[in-house]
Amino acid sequence: MRALLNQRLLTLAVLAVIISLLPFVFPSSYYFRVASLVWVSALAAIGLNILMGQAGQVSLGHAAFFGIGAYAVAIGPTHLGIPPWAALLIGAILSSVLAYLVGRPILRLKGHYLAIATLGLGVLVALVISTESRWTGGPDGMPVERLTLFGWRVSGSYTWYWVTGALLLVGTWIALNLDETPTGRAFRALHDSEVAAQVVGVDVARFKLQAFVIAAVYASLAGSALAFMNGFINPDQAGFIHSVELVTIVVLGGLGSVVGSIVGAAVLVTLPQALTVFHEYEHLLLGLIIIVSMIFMRNGIVPSLSGLFLRRARS
Amino acid sequence: MTILKATDIGISFGGVKAVDGVGFSVSPGQILSIIGPNGAGKTTLFNIVSGIYVASRGTIHIADEDVTGLAPHRLAARGLSRTFQNLQIFQRMTACENVMVGRHLREKCSLLPALFRTPSVTRQNRETRAAALDLLAYVGLKDVADVPAGSLPYGACKRLEIARALAAEPRVLLLDEPAAGCNAVETEEIDHLIRQVADRGVAVVLVEHDMKLVMKISDRILVLERGRPLAEGTPREVRDDPRVLEAYLGRHGAQEAARA
Amino acid sequence: MAEFLQFLISGLTVGAVYALVALGFTLIYNASGVVNFAQGEFVMLGGMVTVFASAAGVPLPLAALIAVAASIMIGLLLHRLAIEPARGASAVTLIIITIGASILLRGLAAIIFDKQFHKLPAFTGDAPIDILGAAVQPQSFWVLGGAAVVVVTLYVFLEHTLIGKAVLATAANRLAARLVGINTTTIMALAFGGSAAIGAVAGILVTPITLTSYDVGTLLALKGFAAAMLGGMGNPVGAVVGGLLLGLLEAFGAGYLSSTYKDAFAFLVILIVLFVAPQGLFGRRAVERV
Repeated sequence: MRALLNQRLLTLAVLAVIISLLPFVFPSSYYFRVASLVWVSALAAIGLNILMGQAGQVSLGHAAFFGIGAYAVAIGPTHLGIPPWAALLIGAILSSVLAYLVGRPILRLKGHYLAIATLGLGVLVALVISTESRWTGGPDGMPVERLTLFGWRVSGSYTWYWVTGALLLVGTWIALNLDETPTGRAFRALHDSEVAAQVVGVDVARFKLQAFVIAAVYASLAGSALAFMNGFINPDQAGFIHSVELVTIVVLGGLGSVVGSIVGAAVLVTLPQALTVFHEYEHLLLGLIIIVSMIFMRNGIVPSLSGLFLRRARS
Repeated sequence: MTILKATDIGISFGGVKAVDGVGFSVSPGQILSIIGPNGAGKTTLFNIVSGIYVASRGTIHIADEDVTGLAPHRLAARGLSRTFQNLQIFQRMTACENVMVGRHLREKCSLLPALFRTPSVTRQNRETRAAALDLLAYVGLKDVADVPAGSLPYGACKRLEIARALAAEPRVLLLDEPAAGCNAVETEEIDHLIRQVADRGVAVVLVEHDMKLVMKISDRILVLERGRPLAEGTPREVRDDPRVLEAYLGRHGAQEAARA
Repeated sequence: MAEFLQFLISGLTVGAVYALVALGFTLIYNASGVVNFAQGEFVMLGGMVTVFASAAGVPLPLAALIAVAASIMIGLLLHRLAIEPARGASAVTLIIITIGASILLRGLAAIIFDKQFHKLPAFTGDAPIDILGAAVQPQSFWVLGGAAVVVVTLYVFLEHTLIGKAVLATAANRLAARLVGINTTTIMALAFGGSAAIGAVAGILVTPITLTSYDVGTLLALKGFAAAMLGGMGNPVGAVVGGLLLGLLEAFGAGYLSSTYKDAFAFLVILIVLFVAPQGLFGRRAVERV
């Protein structure tokens, strides 16, 4: 118990130290940008990991919520005159309402049926976004007004590094909080055995829905942050490939591991940046790395490595 | 006073009547055993009573309330708890966490305080853990409280399931083959455990193949054969019933047994 | 009437391709439990290899044969190098591996071939045939006929050959199949090879109508997966019916309602079907054993 409590605080402390020390070794603003991208992806992945890793429900359409968050802060200020910060909240509310409404029927499904249903949801949202070009700019995307908070105009890759870093810290804190609560236990219990969870009184449908809504809000906030940061947004952010990227981050880092999601995001976001050197071979290498790491670290990077470390320490 | 009452339960799978016209009732502190050859419908009956399957006919009452067709978690809220023949342990959680999940209905469980870990959540968590550790000590698993349940031996998992079921403070406890796969010593321990639970006023319904155990601790026994009730009575009445012997041993075997 | 017929035939044509992709999905899923997201890449390979081989002067039938052979090769390699080493991994891990394979194959195709769109000439000319007022491309009949041949061949193979029955046995119960002496690894390799061949054939047949490029696989895989689900995962008949149904839905939806939301109809209907019948149209409802 004590050890667990400390582990939670330790994780947060280490993350805070990393976020505040990295700028000292970054040679250019490009690095700040890439790191911010990592923080944003990690935020979305941590949320998805609550759904997939804790509650054991797969979502192949999660970029839909990312897209809703992103387009809320793009459309709200541009077309409706809503202040950017309010648009961010509206996006999160829209995402959670959508997750709540479709979650009930969708989460009754299991395994591959759940996968295809969430995938369908994702495709539908992405289609609406790229088709309703009057509002969204269609496939070309649309510009996003700068975020202004209490007169402070949030802009520049350096500023956004800190904003997204802080967001990630809060997101990590909340996800870690869940661990030692009845809700967190209910998530993990229904993952391992739905019937056993039910017979001790866990309302399985309710908790699946909660996990789905939490994951949707995380993705929505991450989407809003990315849209503000880039000052521009296009439908790819809501598309199937982005959904797959999010799932890959979660699984690559380690299902159920909050730290894993951050590591997974770091790998999957920086890798293509590093691989641009190889330009033509980028996709080839990315695919290869995904396959190889999933074969040799099938539980994900963080659980596999910490397992190895523990075995070493014991022997 | 009857706490659980099942009347005229029936269900069929693809035309096969797995359970057909079975009823029973049990009072607080009483141990009712349901026995019968493999495929008699014992586990199916449990699955119906605990709300996992929906019966095609019949009614179930808990303390005079009609609970027919209610979802398992709603039945749990009305004081019904159970264990499983094929273990349903939360493998990736520790033994202690398994039992803590059993306390689910005794905990306040709202989302926002959990997300921000308010002091009350921490306090409640401490209480739940203490209660879970007590139960683990009760079933003799205190030493492995923080071991992942997936790595526990079979017998320990059996007792862990009982502890988890008890954590809900049930009024009715359904035990599906709690002694299966256990050695003589472990069976003895489970025997004591069940007796103690019943003595605390819990109504126990037991499905078990270990006849020695059943004969020893049951107040009443219900015998099923091919989904239908065959006999019901005290252990002595059931043991001497020729129909029961025949169902278990066949006509020839029953004659042998009668001669012996 | 002519319009209706037009939509019907174009729906069946596209649907036949979806059906073949779904069939490929089902074959691999049944033999190995893997949902192969690289299924669309086989279709891409079938089209692309044929295009480039025939551009290099190889006669079309031979080019098609080379394309099928190349796809089978890739299918076998996928099984041997990516799926077999990950044996026993969780379903979602295996899905990620096949997604990785799909990215890899797409990248490979972009390097070996190019990133342009390519067309094959129609097998028997472009002159539309008039059927009750509907103008039908001759290639549609090639697609429908080809798909029918594949389905019948597969059926005969599964039901009337020893190896086919071994595949069915493996699908029904992998452990039991192994216990009666079936080499399930070989069966899985066979499923990957066969499924790659089916995908390649679909790609070759449809390229004269829809064009092909290195990245056509993703959407096809989604549609094929959806069709397989619609029919009930693991049911070959369901896969074919699901594919045709999906094609018809798209064609009629695009024709009568809105062409911009063509892809939406398919997924909307799938969501509704899953809400009403959570096991797909032809799937059996499983009773959970506890």
